[in-house]
Amino acid sequence: MIDENTGRRQGGTTTLHLVLAWGFVGVPLVWGVLKTLGNAMKLFQ
Amino acid sequence: MNTGSILSRERTYAMPGFSRWMVPPAALCIHLCIGQVYALSVFNLPMTRLIGISQPTPDDWKLTELGWIFSIAIFFLGASAAVMGRWVEDGGPRRAMFTSAMCFGSGFLIAALGVSLHQIWIVYLGYGVLGGIGLGLGYISPVSTLIKWFPDRPGMATGMAIMGFGGGAFIASPLSVWLMSLFSTPAHVGVAETFVVMGIAYFLFMLVGSAIVRIPQPGWKPAGFETPVRAGKLITNRHVYVYQALRTPQFWLIWLVLCLNVTAGIGVLGQASAMSQEMFPGRVTAVAAAGFVGLMSLFNMAGRFLWASLSDYIGRKNTYFCFFALGTVLYATVPHTGSIGSVAAFVMCFLVIISMYGGGFATVPAYLKDMFGTRYVGAIHGLLITAWSMAGIFGPVLVNYIREYQIDNGVPKAQAYNVTMYVMAALLVVGFICNLLIKAVHERHHMPIELAEPEAIAA
Repeated sequence: MIDENTGRRQGGTTTLHLVLAWGFVGVPLVWGVLKTLGNAMKLFQ
Repeated sequence: MNTGSILSRERTYAMPGFSRWMVPPAALCIHLCIGQVYALSVFNLPMTRLIGISQPTPDDWKLTELGWIFSIAIFFLGASAAVMGRWVEDGGPRRAMFTSAMCFGSGFLIAALGVSLHQIWIVYLGYGVLGGIGLGLGYISPVSTLIKWFPDRPGMATGMAIMGFGGGAFIASPLSVWLMSLFSTPAHVGVAETFVVMGIAYFLFMLVGSAIVRIPQPGWKPAGFETPVRAGKLITNRHVYVYQALRTPQFWLIWLVLCLNVTAGIGVLGQASAMSQEMFPGRVTAVAAAGFVGLMSLFNMAGRFLWASLSDYIGRKNTYFCFFALGTVLYATVPHTGSIGSVAAFVMCFLVIISMYGGGFATVPAYLKDMFGTRYVGAIHGLLITAWSMAGIFGPVLVNYIREYQIDNGVPKAQAYNVTMYVMAALLVVGFICNLLIKAVHERHHMPIELAEPEAIAA
């Protein structure tokens, strides 16, 4: 969407933007946490 | 800096319709990457056999030489955060995040050159100096932006970012091991190639954060949120100039609060594996101890988010009271867990302690915002990071020397940590008193409104 006064693109955030942004950081973080949790479980073996 | 530059503060203002929930992922893009520094030790052993490949030769680097890479990086983290805080605040988060990405990414590439040429000073210069500056700029860059976007929940917002710094090692550690296994050959360890890939990958990842970060328009507030007309006893609506904050007792009391909280945590964090095995000989194996360390890292990360979020409800001062009171009790309890042989109680004590160590880091930006306002909170936070550097030296030294002294004086290894625990409990009592002494900043330190918020007034 283009702002009529400034000619700049409007910064409206869609749900897709949010999903992509959170997925971008969330997926590697969850992967790392699960790996660490797997190692931590050795404490109870 | 040209105001038309895509990195400038002016080009970073959010357009109407921008969701503030895009900002925490932007911050996490930076913090998840720079948190890699906690996993740097996975390169230590491979780098001691770059020449010998299967085992170290006399020409290979020693662990003591390699330990300096981390120390130099942490030193430059603190120094750059302290010195460049004002530059970060004035230029806005995008310029700071981009510069951080450039420094951190190129630090890896220069370190890769150092590994290829087997010149340790190039690694010091690359990862240590340049990478360390990237760490410092990256650490403080999203803080004030998050606080401005989340005036209703500043603790939770900064807690999320700083949680990412704790979580970065979870990604970096297995990633580094996997990449080294990919690049290693019978005649090659694969560290240099791993550094190159990580340098490029981290640069690109951080670039995404720099691209999606936005700052709110002057005067913006979340829907339904009203700035209290009369600020709370310990929450100000005014702003304190960055260097003026240094002249207030509140800054130095919070500096001590952070330093003491971190000293108590960081000392045992580094010794957790050895301590658990020595306090419970024959019951906690090396593998179980490694699991304990992993569990502590998870609690360290989770504590950053949970305690900082809780501070939005119970207040920053009360949160630190919890850290110091509960921490004192738990540290004093640890020797008892050893004497009754309860591994479960020992583990529980340290998991809570380490969650409060992480929580201390994550809650402090909001504490600073409450005391000094939002205008220069990022820069003031940068100055406060020196408390971390100081604690990073004191904590491990205290734990190691007291243990050595005890063993040299004939104390059994299983009881060699008892005095250390009581010393840590005493440090937390001092922290409790420092926190108790924190009062609202006197209004003579406040900036005139026309200087602190010229854009808001113009708007």
